[in-house]
Amino acid sequence: MAILVYAEHDNASLKKATLSTVAAAQAMGDDIHVLVAGSGCQAVADEAAKVAGVSKVLLEDDAAYEYQLAENVALLVKDLAADYSHIVAPATTNGKNFMPRVAALLDVSMISEASKVIDAKTFERPIYAGNATATVQTSEDKVLVTVRTTAFDAVAAEGGSASVETLSNVHDAGKSSFVSEELASSDRPELTSAEIVVSGGRALANGENFTKYIEPLADKLSAAVGASRAAVDAGYVPNDMQVGQTGKIVAPQLYIAAGISGAIQHLAGMKDSKVIVAINNDPEAPIASVADYFLEGDLFDVLPELTSKL
Amino acid sequence: MKALVAVKRVIDYNVKVRVKADNSGVDLSNTKMSINPFCEIAVEEAVRLKEAGVIDEIIVASIGPKEAQEQIRAALALGADRGVLVQTDEKPYPLQVAKILKGIAEQEGTDIILLGKQAIDDDNNQTGQMLAALMGVGQGTFASEVNVEGDKVNVKREIDGGLQTVALSLPAVITTDLRLNEPRYAKLPNIMKAKKKPLDEKTPADFGVEMGSKQQILKVEPPAERAAGVKVASVDELIDKLRNEAKVIS
Repeated sequence: MAILVYAEHDNASLKKATLSTVAAAQAMGDDIHVLVAGSGCQAVADEAAKVAGVSKVLLEDDAAYEYQLAENVALLVKDLAADYSHIVAPATTNGKNFMPRVAALLDVSMISEASKVIDAKTFERPIYAGNATATVQTSEDKVLVTVRTTAFDAVAAEGGSASVETLSNVHDAGKSSFVSEELASSDRPELTSAEIVVSGGRALANGENFTKYIEPLADKLSAAVGASRAAVDAGYVPNDMQVGQTGKIVAPQLYIAAGISGAIQHLAGMKDSKVIVAINNDPEAPIASVADYFLEGDLFDVLPELTSKL
Repeated sequence: MKALVAVKRVIDYNVKVRVKADNSGVDLSNTKMSINPFCEIAVEEAVRLKEAGVIDEIIVASIGPKEAQEQIRAALALGADRGVLVQTDEKPYPLQVAKILKGIAEQEGTDIILLGKQAIDDDNNQTGQMLAALMGVGQGTFASEVNVEGDKVNVKREIDGGLQTVALSLPAVITTDLRLNEPRYAKLPNIMKAKKKPLDEKTPADFGVEMGSKQQILKVEPPAERAAGVKVASVDELIDKLRNEAKVIS
């Protein structure tokens, strides 16, 4: 049976998380269909049809799905489930929100944040904030998985030529409604898909210092800006910039941690980065245990120097 | 209005976990156990709703070994009114836990069910969503603000790009994110009083739920170690290493 991949998008364009999810799905089987559910999202479906390895795109375009409310989306995915052996979604806040709801509606257990596909029923996933890796096997007939997108190389966005089938399966559960949204606007690359991430912690001391010290370096490197929980809780930066067990999981080519001690919960979000640089005035800070390059020093001196010399 | 809060007994978040030599799991013998931090936030939110006059009674439930009653007592000391321990020695999986919680919620007629967004041991982030699905009610996951208005609750949620507010009809299930509140500490007199608060003991069978799962953990391994890093003496050396050794910048 085919595999259904749930597309992550903002009604205007497909998110890169979808491409990584398709890559993970390819390791489970080869007939991959992508579901695009949203409102005014024809362009997203057209984009999804070009993705390498996708054989069919299902488009469900209705106001009921505009904000991806879990109550409505879960009913839609449950209806489609009969034709699929696997349902796969990225482990974004959206995927984490509706997938367990689908699983319960189907009365099956599910697997969260798979980081490796061993076979169609066996997966690796991190547990205990990434301090252990569990190999989990499921004997459910229907396999529901969310995948850690940073653990899979994205498939090509071009090269496919899938057909787009328009569905009309509107569910409005009537239990929830959208009220408002406050989205952080940023011109920088998206944190979870950036090649380089520059993160700041409590040592930045205030929000202005993020603007003054972290952002120029990030701009120089075309990097995304991240933060530790301490910096978020102290109000220096908004919470969607938090990297860690409870924030975003990133795995860029280069992660620069400035003024971050490296608590277990923070490491859980970034320790799969290819190269980690730590800038800290405390050589004993736990971040040193994962850093490839450790520069001991005051970040207020080091960051401007680094920015100017790049 | 009644609230049900689910709490899980987990390894304390400050403890560095050790994987057992036979790869059967994580070594939990002689380790400090606590209420899962997200569950603590759920208890705190329920207590605040009670202090605000929105909720009359808080029932706290835990599914797990006999020792989980310590975590229920801890929640009672923070302000919950009574506890339900659903005792089982089997590993609790989210779907089974959700089925038991549904049984309790329906028995008690609770309007607001609060859970943590995820347990820091299995990192699943599933139970609340599954419970909402089984009960056929709305869900407010990753909540950073909760406002009850009449028969509705507005939940501000932490999503990838920022914040989203949804309105849910009651009853509803809410899962807490870190920034929802800062949990209080239990005071000694309250810890003493908590010992006298009622605590029912039940089994999964009382709710017609069979434990176990169609999931099986084949092995648990420590994550791959990173190669030891080097200390660099200057910014120039750092740039040189990043350019010529790691080749991550141009």
